[in-house]
Amino acid sequence: MEILVCVKRVPDTAENEIEVSRDGSDIERGDLVYSVNEWDNYAVEEAIRIRDKVGGSITVVSVGGGEAEEVLRREMAMGADKGILLSDDSFAGSDGMGIARIVKAEVEKGKYDLILTGAQADDGAGQVGGMLAAMLDWPYASLVNHLELLDDKRIKVGREIAGGNQEMNEMDLPCVLSIQTGINEPRYVGIRGIRKVASVEIPVRKAADLGLAPESVGAAGAKVKRLDYFRPELGEGAEMLEGSTEEKLEKLVELLKTKGGIK
Amino acid sequence: MPQQIFAYIIHRDGKIDDTALELAAAAKKIDPQSSVTALVAGAGEALTAACAQAAASYGSVWKIENDVLAHVNAEVLRGMLVRILPKASIVLIPHEHFGMDLAPGLAVKLDMAYLPDAVGFEEITEGKLKAVREEYSGQVSTHVSCDLSGGAVITIRPGSFAADESRALNGQIVDKSAEAAADGVPGKSRRFIEVVAAEVGDVDITKAEVLVSVGRGIEDQENLEMVNELAAAMGADVACSRPIVDAKWLEKSRQVGTSGKTVKPKVYLALGISGSFQHMGGIKGAPYIVAVNKNPKAPIFQVADVGLIEDILEFIPALTEKIKEVKG
Repeated sequence: MEILVCVKRVPDTAENEIEVSRDGSDIERGDLVYSVNEWDNYAVEEAIRIRDKVGGSITVVSVGGGEAEEVLRREMAMGADKGILLSDDSFAGSDGMGIARIVKAEVEKGKYDLILTGAQADDGAGQVGGMLAAMLDWPYASLVNHLELLDDKRIKVGREIAGGNQEMNEMDLPCVLSIQTGINEPRYVGIRGIRKVASVEIPVRKAADLGLAPESVGAAGAKVKRLDYFRPELGEGAEMLEGSTEEKLEKLVELLKTKGGIK
Repeated sequence: MPQQIFAYIIHRDGKIDDTALELAAAAKKIDPQSSVTALVAGAGEALTAACAQAAASYGSVWKIENDVLAHVNAEVLRGMLVRILPKASIVLIPHEHFGMDLAPGLAVKLDMAYLPDAVGFEEITEGKLKAVREEYSGQVSTHVSCDLSGGAVITIRPGSFAADESRALNGQIVDKSAEAAADGVPGKSRRFIEVVAAEVGDVDITKAEVLVSVGRGIEDQENLEMVNELAAAMGADVACSRPIVDAKWLEKSRQVGTSGKTVKPKVYLALGISGSFQHMGGIKGAPYIVAVNKNPKAPIFQVADVGLIEDILEFIPALTEKIKEVKG
């Protein structure tokens, strides 16, 4: 089974307070800790489990600048066989459709049976997998939390739906799936694993290598463009309790008692 | 000529979802004059009932009936919608489990712009819609411009537009079933099997009056013990956010959110929970929300009644002690 997993380097929201830059054109990137998009780790783990069962290989691919190489290397340390970086100045400002076009061009250079993406990334859009599938005319399922190969042509897929229920589907391969967190427990990547792949060469493909017309990607090809970042004007917002921890505890217990929170 | 606007209606057991009236409100923001068409797909009596409800709030209803849609499969429905939707129209879809499955591919097949997870619309200038989105788990907002000229598929975050409750319309129901299935049923490469119902847990958090809910900030499974102790002292039940279930530290039946349980407590104490919209979507009935989080930018502070910036690992045992002291 040849599996492609799409991964993205993102600021780690668990580690960072995200601030808007002074002119609103970007977020403050100075002190940010970056990591692999959380959902993508689950997708790579799932790919590894499939490969270890039925054989084949896993390619991780990312669209981004040179620094995206570090997340490809991390996923290779985790167990992916190969990394490919899709990087070109003309890709900057791509909307979801542009990113899907770029990845599609790479997919068509290979021969994949299965493509996995994370269910969403830092922009919360959850769009590239579904677009890529439609562009390739492959079937798609989103928010996948269970996956089971039936044979080399069919796969059984569980999707997360409302209320904690699960929708089971049977799909033909090749297909594209967006993977939800919780489907597995992604393995730990140690420093030794990272060292082992530190010098592996990661090929970089530019727009010309992929046969992409510059006007079809990047800001030039985007119908959806980010104008600025801002901090939302809150309604009331929470009343923040101030003072020493002891004072806060006093106030909080009083409030909880009043509101029926302590029985 | 103004662009035609469509809204996809989610319905369950013959009842339209809350998002149906929210999309009606969102459509009015795009064009107050436009007559908006509801798209309702399904089969049998449930579909008939859903169409009738949608007709009260929409100028017209396009009914798409097919046995294969008794449980709506996004791949099948997408193929049908591509056959019936006019070029360059605007299609609104709720940004939830089904909408996320349908919308991105629909935009590709209709060759339209795709604007995901909009939480607000500001204005339209020269065919470009200025909309509001959120990024980084709701820590910052962005304005985006979406080119509507060639049509657009837009998903709307549930709960972000106030429902249009007027029900002032009496839309005509138009049967589009034949046109939708004109070349047979599409999307055969993905076949629906069944819905597996959520497991029933040992505690029913949907009935709890007081919930102590814990999130990623608890850091380690062993630390859940202090949460249990706090809940015991308060006489509360323990609930959690998604990462705790993903890590398998608590059972799925304790998860609050759109993918978990919908709860209606009087008091909701959120510990180390950032407050994603998926999580907050599972809290109804306007409880008194107390949020404790060490990140002052956590979006939960926007919706909580009271907030405390504290490290929960130190704060929880202190709070338990204090409550025990007060109760004597």
